[in-house]
Amino acid sequence: MAYSEKVIDHYNNPRNVGSFQKDAGDVGTGVVGAPECGDVMKLQIKVENDTIVDAKFKTFGCGSAIASSSLATEWLKGKSLEDAQKIKNTDIVHELNLPPVKIHCSVLAEDAIKAALGDYQKKAGEKKVKPAAATTSS
Amino acid sequence: MKLPIYLDSHSTTPCDPRVVETMLPYFTEKFGNAASRNHSFGWEAEEGVEVARKQIAHLIHADPKEIIFTSGATESDNLALQGVVEMYREKGNHIITSSTEHRAVIDTAKYLEKKGVKVTFLPVDKTGMVSPDDVRNAITDKTILISIMMANNEIGTINPVAAIGKVAKEKSVLFHCDATQGVGKIPVNVQEMGIDLMSFTAHKIYGPKGVGALYVRRKAPRVRLEAMMYGGGHERGMRSGTLAVPLIVGFGKACELCEQEMATESIRMAKMRDRLQEGIMKGMDEVYLNGHPTERLPHNLNISFAYVEGEALLMGVKEIALSSGSACTSATLEPSYVLRALGVGSDLAHSSIRFGLGRFNTDEEVEYTIDRMIKAVNHLREMSPLYEMAKEGVDLKSVQWAAH
Repeated sequence: MAYSEKVIDHYNNPRNVGSFQKDAGDVGTGVVGAPECGDVMKLQIKVENDTIVDAKFKTFGCGSAIASSSLATEWLKGKSLEDAQKIKNTDIVHELNLPPVKIHCSVLAEDAIKAALGDYQKKAGEKKVKPAAATTSS
Repeated sequence: MKLPIYLDSHSTTPCDPRVVETMLPYFTEKFGNAASRNHSFGWEAEEGVEVARKQIAHLIHADPKEIIFTSGATESDNLALQGVVEMYREKGNHIITSSTEHRAVIDTAKYLEKKGVKVTFLPVDKTGMVSPDDVRNAITDKTILISIMMANNEIGTINPVAAIGKVAKEKSVLFHCDATQGVGKIPVNVQEMGIDLMSFTAHKIYGPKGVGALYVRRKAPRVRLEAMMYGGGHERGMRSGTLAVPLIVGFGKACELCEQEMATESIRMAKMRDRLQEGIMKGMDEVYLNGHPTERLPHNLNISFAYVEGEALLMGVKEIALSSGSACTSATLEPSYVLRALGVGSDLAHSSIRFGLGRFNTDEEVEYTIDRMIKAVNHLREMSPLYEMAKEGVDLKSVQWAAH
């Protein structure tokens, strides 16, 4: 199967590979997928004043899964938590020219974003001892 | 060294130039129909076919009259299973096969199952081998056919064919063997192995695509088959259709070359394969051999690279032609059924790569491949959350995954 140039670029030069301290209060972590299914994504965000100042990922999966999560971290950086919620898997499909068999990779990336945001919201809520403006459930 | 490198010889092989040279006159000057009995064009073509039939029969220790030409091993498998079931339906309606057969056997068996035939799919052990005792125990008085492959196309495991043939003889059940991956690579003797029907093809042994054969025993027992196609009654009435003379001539030549060169070639293949295995295994941790450690095809290597997904790995070494047991592109997202049958976990099945060496590979290509595999695996492990977790001491089996 031929990959799009953008997928190949993200595969060869993945953006923001790495990990943040999972327990840190300003970090939200989302881990989605399962090894048996052939893809696992870990996506993390670092938040200051409701803005995502940094993002990192690690992905076990095919080239499209790697590219989807790499792209997601690029898009997340600098976004407000509210805007981050609005990233849709279809945006990823469009940007990377993913073929139909690879759409699940983009769905997984969207799930990872939502999970990371949810994790952060949960932590922030606990810290302030008041319910966070829950925009999602993890 | 020229790129890309071809390491997918279980899939197909290039034609040997000596094969092509032998075929060429049969496209232009000797173009006759082998069934034309009244002129020299027909005689010439027929002679070419009969020479090939001898070359092919000789390689597997059969009589030339026992070779039925087909379009390939898939057709041979279909003809063997469907032809036997149709012909012997009064004798019984049970066939025995295994869970790691090629799809040409498995899907034909499933089709027959739908038509009311009882099919036993035998399990394999963790090296991919079928047990002759399991075969014996599965036989009933209704069993008309045993179909077990010689060597597996993914993991290269070689089945105890002679022992299975012996069981079949004792119980007077016909034995079909899909030897597509074995013929030309390892010694095959249909007499000693007790094989009654055997499928194989030219394009896996440096011959042309589009031609294969079904060996059909003529004596002790004389195997009969109901044809799947009707027409001119070619090939003892078992397979009608004008013979593909140039392809058959090439098939014959390919078999002759294999017979002449197998002894030295298989040693060279095994040496390169062992070096590839050693280089990969020493170059990184957590890589696992799939299949049998010794009873396997000399040119086959199947390895799982833990924490790395197979298709992503192929992408990282795209100048090397390889196959993966990962089914990331398939609609079902199911990894290799062969590896699953061995008890390999889905995660490691997704991480598997099949290396298939061939006649035209070099030591230099093997060294290059080792180097590239190590680099690509390291690149992917650096971004693998599973590798990170494993290094932190997390037991991945105990993790509650959010499966999707």
